[in-house]
Amino acid sequence: MSETPTNPRYAPGTHPDLPPPRRTTGALGWVRSNLLSSPLNVALTLLSVWLLWTILPPSIHWLFTGAIWTAVDRKECWALMDAPRDGACWAFIRGSFELFVYGWYPEPERWRVNLTFILFIAAIVGGLRENIPGKKYWLIFAAAYPFIAAWLLLGGFGLEPVGTNKLGGILLTLVVAVTGISFSLPLGIALALGRRSNLPALRGVCVIFIEFIRGVPLITLLFVASTMLTYFLPPGSTFDLLMRVLIMVTLFASAYIAEVVRGGLQGLSSGQYEAADALGLSYWKAHRLVILPQALKISIPGIVNTFIGSFKDSTLVLIIGMMDILGLGRARLNDPEWLGLAPELYIFISLFFFISCFAMSRYSLNLEKKLQTGHKS
Amino acid sequence: MRQKTTAVLSAAALVLGMAGTAQAGTLEDVRDRGVLRCVVSTGIAGFAQPDANGVWGGFDIDFCRATAAAVLGDASKIEAVTSTGKTRFTKLNAGEGDVLWRNTTITFSRDVSVKLRFHGVNYYDGQGFMVKKDLGVSSASELDGASVCIQTGTTTELNLADYFSSNNMNYEPVPIETNDEARQNYEAGRCDVYTTDASGLASTRSALPNPDDHMVLPEIISKEPLGPATRHGDDQWSDIVTWVLNATITAEELGVTMANVDEMKGSNNPEVRRLLGVDGSQGSELGLSDDWAYQIIKQLGNYGEIFERNIGVNPPLGIARGLNALWTDGGLIYSPPFR
Repeated sequence: MSETPTNPRYAPGTHPDLPPPRRTTGALGWVRSNLLSSPLNVALTLLSVWLLWTILPPSIHWLFTGAIWTAVDRKECWALMDAPRDGACWAFIRGSFELFVYGWYPEPERWRVNLTFILFIAAIVGGLRENIPGKKYWLIFAAAYPFIAAWLLLGGFGLEPVGTNKLGGILLTLVVAVTGISFSLPLGIALALGRRSNLPALRGVCVIFIEFIRGVPLITLLFVASTMLTYFLPPGSTFDLLMRVLIMVTLFASAYIAEVVRGGLQGLSSGQYEAADALGLSYWKAHRLVILPQALKISIPGIVNTFIGSFKDSTLVLIIGMMDILGLGRARLNDPEWLGLAPELYIFISLFFFISCFAMSRYSLNLEKKLQTGHKS
Repeated sequence: MRQKTTAVLSAAALVLGMAGTAQAGTLEDVRDRGVLRCVVSTGIAGFAQPDANGVWGGFDIDFCRATAAAVLGDASKIEAVTSTGKTRFTKLNAGEGDVLWRNTTITFSRDVSVKLRFHGVNYYDGQGFMVKKDLGVSSASELDGASVCIQTGTTTELNLADYFSSNNMNYEPVPIETNDEARQNYEAGRCDVYTTDASGLASTRSALPNPDDHMVLPEIISKEPLGPATRHGDDQWSDIVTWVLNATITAEELGVTMANVDEMKGSNNPEVRRLLGVDGSQGSELGLSDDWAYQIIKQLGNYGEIFERNIGVNPPLGIARGLNALWTDGGLIYSPPFR
């Protein structure tokens, strides 16, 4: 830093730090450097402002200020607005909200659904947080959670039994997605290990399974579950439709997880395998203590990607007539009292999917940061 | 270990085998279960839709309830087995449903190749056209050059092409996928005409902001007779479904309604007395109680009442009886005599 001639009183090296030039700091500086730094950026900024100006006010008006929250039917809803379709008719969603969440789950038993959901949060937080007291018990609880949830939702053993056909709406979506996600991970890891195994028979079975499942669309498997299987089983025997669908969704997701995990296994340097062998660890010990922790860590983005994909794929069950949130919502669109409110419904459903998927992706970012132990080369 | 596996397998086979023998007769199955399972649609306005509490209602659902009233004496004892157009027949044939009441067009191939048994027509539908009134068109023959919103890959598309070419007219297709998409395109003026089955046109029209600005043209260009179906191989059950439908029609022909059914039990008309089970033993011949038809009318009303309640002239849907009027009023609805 050169000395300023106007302030000769400072001895060399003792000049205090001056604040940065005012034009480069604060809101103004931010706008200059981020929005107006070049003629192209000025043009793009102006275009964006114009776009926002044309899109935002009408959207806010439609979504919020012009929207109707209480009405008995669409006619009343539209009569309350300046003109039909001038605002959203959220009264439609509000009136069916409980149906959208619980489906046909009997009303006096709905506390079980709520409890299942609370335990779900507890299992996720407890199972995945690092510094939590009693970590071992949380892990056991998280592993047992799917079975606890099945018991709570379907009943038996002291609880009023509830048929799987009573599940619907968001509840059914979550059941399909969470089951697919939580069972596909262990199955996928097993398949990935099997595919890299030295036993030809085991490797062959795993390769055929993975390639077969990845070679057909999920919708084909769902059709097999809903229609073909009933032809193979003896006439009159019923094998619960939801169960068939859950199995298919899990198998489908596990084939993809297997390939993601295999990528992680191959991403490890062979030195890790050799080091584990050199320590005299058995196959299982080597994988449990050395290989899998590292391989899974690098697979996290791919695994979560598959999870988010299968979460959204769960809506395909509507094609075989199951009433998940999308199927049930579309059925409600046909209520003669509320016809013509498709935009409201689809916005509501996309909000649900956005929140769920965004939460999953943020969580995976968080997990990656936490597990970042500096192996990056 | 092997012994254990064999034991598990044979136990499973035993359970499955026992389940297999349970399909002796649909009537006994329904009675044992206490609930009638109807294969229904996943939602067609006025015909089958869940209300805000999830209770299914609609024209087809009411006929399902009528069947439950006849068999179990209670119209509320139904379970809706929702199915899409692609899964409906397998669901019925695989025994996941007892009867199909689901806007299903009766065709040769469905009757013969899919091995269904149809039991008459509960709704005569057909493809029609909807236009804006200010287009100044009063007949489909004036639609030369119009742009038409049409669901792709359906029979409606083929019917449309046939109709226009046989009348030497041209049209510009605007392909769409669903009813909602069609309504939005039509509302936004991207097509002059929307064509689909007349019942679908009615619900689309009622969902428009100003339904009175639009009209359904009088021409119907295809035959879509909709009716209930059951599996092959259970004649008693087939008879029951046939005569449930006929009972609602006969009740309308004879003027028996939900309101006057108790009073009509004292009628002198022998056909009314047979229908309501006062004379004769038609119920027990079907394998039902003798008041089966009385239960239908008492709980759901006759054909006309079911029609008006769900899809009739009153808003929101407002479908006129048209072909679905009684034969005595110029329609096609007709029941063989109860005798």
